[in-house]
Amino acid sequence: MASYIVKRVLRSFITLFLVVTIVFCLLRFMPVEGYFNNFDKMTPEQIERQLDARGLNDPLPTQLVRFYNDLVHMDLGESIKYRPGVPITEILAQRIPMSMLLGTISLVLALALGIPFGRLMTRYKGRIPDHIGTAFVVLIQAVPAVVYYLFIQMYGTSLAGLPLLFSRTNLATYVLPIISLAIGNIAYYAMWVRRYMIDESNKDYVKLAIAKGVNSRTLMSKQIFRNAFVPLVQYIPTSLILTLVGSIYVESIYSIPGMGGLLVKAIQMQDNTLVQALVLIYSFLSIIGLIIGDIAMTLVDPRISFGKKGGAR
Amino acid sequence: MASKWSLNERTARKLDKAASAAVKDALDTMDALKAAEEGGSVERAEKVSGMSEEELFSFAEYDPHKGEKIGYTEYSYWRSTLRTFLHNKVALFFLALMGLLVLFTIIQPLLPNQADPNKIFFNAEGLARSNEQPGGEFIFGTNNAGQDLWARIWAGTRTSLYIGVIVGIVQVIIGVIMGLLWGYVRKLDFLFTEIWNIFDNIPQTIVLVLLSYIMTRSMGTLIFALSITGWLSMALFIRNQVLMIRDRDYNLASRCLGTPLYRIIMKNLLPYIVSVIMLRMALTIPEVISSEVFITYIGLGLPPSTPSLGNLVNAGRVLMMSPELRYQLIFPTVVLSIITVSFYVVGNAFSDSSDPRNHH
Repeated sequence: MASYIVKRVLRSFITLFLVVTIVFCLLRFMPVEGYFNNFDKMTPEQIERQLDARGLNDPLPTQLVRFYNDLVHMDLGESIKYRPGVPITEILAQRIPMSMLLGTISLVLALALGIPFGRLMTRYKGRIPDHIGTAFVVLIQAVPAVVYYLFIQMYGTSLAGLPLLFSRTNLATYVLPIISLAIGNIAYYAMWVRRYMIDESNKDYVKLAIAKGVNSRTLMSKQIFRNAFVPLVQYIPTSLILTLVGSIYVESIYSIPGMGGLLVKAIQMQDNTLVQALVLIYSFLSIIGLIIGDIAMTLVDPRISFGKKGGAR
Repeated sequence: MASKWSLNERTARKLDKAASAAVKDALDTMDALKAAEEGGSVERAEKVSGMSEEELFSFAEYDPHKGEKIGYTEYSYWRSTLRTFLHNKVALFFLALMGLLVLFTIIQPLLPNQADPNKIFFNAEGLARSNEQPGGEFIFGTNNAGQDLWARIWAGTRTSLYIGVIVGIVQVIIGVIMGLLWGYVRKLDFLFTEIWNIFDNIPQTIVLVLLSYIMTRSMGTLIFALSITGWLSMALFIRNQVLMIRDRDYNLASRCLGTPLYRIIMKNLLPYIVSVIMLRMALTIPEVISSEVFITYIGLGLPPSTPSLGNLVNAGRVLMMSPELRYQLIFPTVVLSIITVSFYVVGNAFSDSSDPRNHH
């Protein structure tokens, strides 16, 4: 177990190192305008001088080493166009709490609704509640998220009279973003709870329990559900960690001052250092989420050990 | 070994005992019957004595259906797959819908009276006929720039389907080749597995965003960015299938009997893999459409001169807050949703029916 965790963490470090390097190198191919706030007004000499001063004309390995060094000291550089001269860590520190707040509320909502939905679908398998649930899941899974987000916003504001744009102080503006954030996860958890529970109820121990006369309510909640939930445990840490970065769509649709909307702005403004920092944070958090998820699963179900299986997940 | 034998012995003895008991029972019954016939008053005989000959015995008639049950049936993988698929009425409906839509998307420019998707219509005063309501001269109305929304939607669907099919094919080709190498060449397994472990952790969205950000905005970029990550899961799946199937008994038997390799591949391996390929192709299309919409949304998609579903959704989004212009969001999203849902449902139904465990 311990050796598995060590291996897993080491491997993730390699992944992270590769991601950092590739991201950094790729972004050096971008036109240099992305490094200046007022590129059009500058003379070529000024540009050269500025590039030299920032070390952007140094050979790539030198720049890379400097970049690693900065990263180790938690320095992600300064924003260039979005908020010129402001350290990116400072921008992030202002924006992360908002994404986290909305994300956590919606995740709790999604678990609180998605799991009972999944169990309901299992209980009425092949009957009307199951069909309705399946149709909902298919719709949410197949249609791009932005489409139903836009419909929620369009009809939420015109039919339910809820406010269009987010405001920190007005709680009514929290409703639509939270619903939008939760709806995908509700479908996701309902679908997997249903599938794993159905798989689980075909197993021999369930037949034995029925033969023994365990009543179906106890059987469902104490035996089938607990076993069915094990594979899902893997995803919860990722969901939780990704609340930090928020949803790109939802935050920009409602102009929520969180992390998700930031990426769209940075890309539109061609703020190279900000894009770089955001891409790195996204990858870093996803990788951490995967590690914690894998470890959580081995803790919940002692039968699972990843050590022997290697790559054959 | 010894215990196995003794177990068998014990079973045999048990069977013997059971058989002798049955024989004894039968003899008893016969005795009882005889006694009953003779008018004796043995208790057991009373039960049967009242019954007539017909009640006691019946002829086993020849039933062709029962005969089929134990007889040899010619099992065909593809026929069973098709039969299971045809049982799924919902999937059939979506298959028909999907077929019609794809067909219509392809032939739409050949129909009479179709406008060019990029042509801007002007009225008599020389102004662009922008935001004309649907139902008049233009079936779906015109957009903000005065272009025919109907023509743009079908052109956009064509673009998105085209990207989806190309990406699907690229993923399948790279995925199958890498997967076969990974599964068959044992020396490569460790290396490939480690590489996979490292690359699988990189979020696909990030790769997509990054590549679209640094490359020029074009269809080629989109296809490249979408293909470069998608084949990994395909390769892993093929590798797992190959590992599982390669050393199965029936394949060993085939090899021992001197079946040529191409026949093993065609008959033993391909049925599994073709279904995966079909599934992959069917599910790639909704994924690619979603990704294209996403990339366009964050401002890195195709230029508006190349209509795509992402472009249309994005253009409609800007206008959606004025109720009379909402149709510019609703029409593209409805077409988009029908396409993605039908491909998703058909893909999943096909993958279910291609699983031999679901064949009855």
